[in-house]
Amino acid sequence: MIAGISIYEILTVTSILFFIGVYGFITRKNLISVLISIELILNASVVNFVVINKYLYPDMLQGVIFAIFIIAVAAAETALAVSIIINLYRQISSVEVKDTEVMKY
Amino acid sequence: MERIIFYIIAFIIIVFAMASVSSRKMLRSVIYLLFVLCGIAGIYFLIDYNFLAAIQLTVYAGGIIVLIIFSVLLVHHIEMELEMAKPLRKILTALLCMLGLGVFLYTIYNNHFNVVDNQVTTTTADIGSKLLSYDAGGFILPFEVVSVLLLAAMVGAIVIAKGKKLTDNNDTEL
Repeated sequence: MIAGISIYEILTVTSILFFIGVYGFITRKNLISVLISIELILNASVVNFVVINKYLYPDMLQGVIFAIFIIAVAAAETALAVSIIINLYRQISSVEVKDTEVMKY
Repeated sequence: MERIIFYIIAFIIIVFAMASVSSRKMLRSVIYLLFVLCGIAGIYFLIDYNFLAAIQLTVYAGGIIVLIIFSVLLVHHIEMELEMAKPLRKILTALLCMLGLGVFLYTIYNNHFNVVDNQVTTTTADIGSKLLSYDAGGFILPFEVVSVLLLAAMVGAIVIAKGKKLTDNNDTEL
């Protein structure tokens, strides 16, 4: 644990990060920006897992292992999302959310 | 000393996250996200999870950011500016997020955490043996499931990004 820093301060930082991600998710109009906001939200939750593991249950490793799984799933999700965005751009020449009406392949 | 470093890292994370969701230039927004991810790796180093920090730096900063930059460069002109939401909608969303943040912080600060004072160091060997153990509480099954998921995602990404050509050829052959 970090000397002099309580768990409350770290959870405050991650909560702020989470809601910045939610704000970006709602206000941005571009598919790639939405993807960036999702990355922010995922990272905030991963830090929560790790910090709670370290501060409350230091002898266990569940939080760390879940963090590794979340990072793996996030990587898979980003690769798929990027390929979908590129394919969509080929068909409708735009990555704006409002132009994305057809997802049928 | 660690206290000051934590405050600096927290400041960097929050400022660059805000810049990332409000910047109008696409590529800059991605680079700000890179700074946020590096700051989070710094937090992992501070709480002594070196392996996780290395994963964060390689997978996120090395892999995902490069992937997003590729997609930005394939899809956009670098100088293109994004259209933003209407100001009223922005303010409304910001207020709602503030409200949600207030609820979160109220709950967190009213909850009593049983913090255990410790200086336990977790080595990479511990994480590896836990990940591959098949005793009670081991993680061998989720580990295998995640490896299959990564394979499926990789194949799916190639098939989707390859586009229409694949099915057209199949149709003509049939």
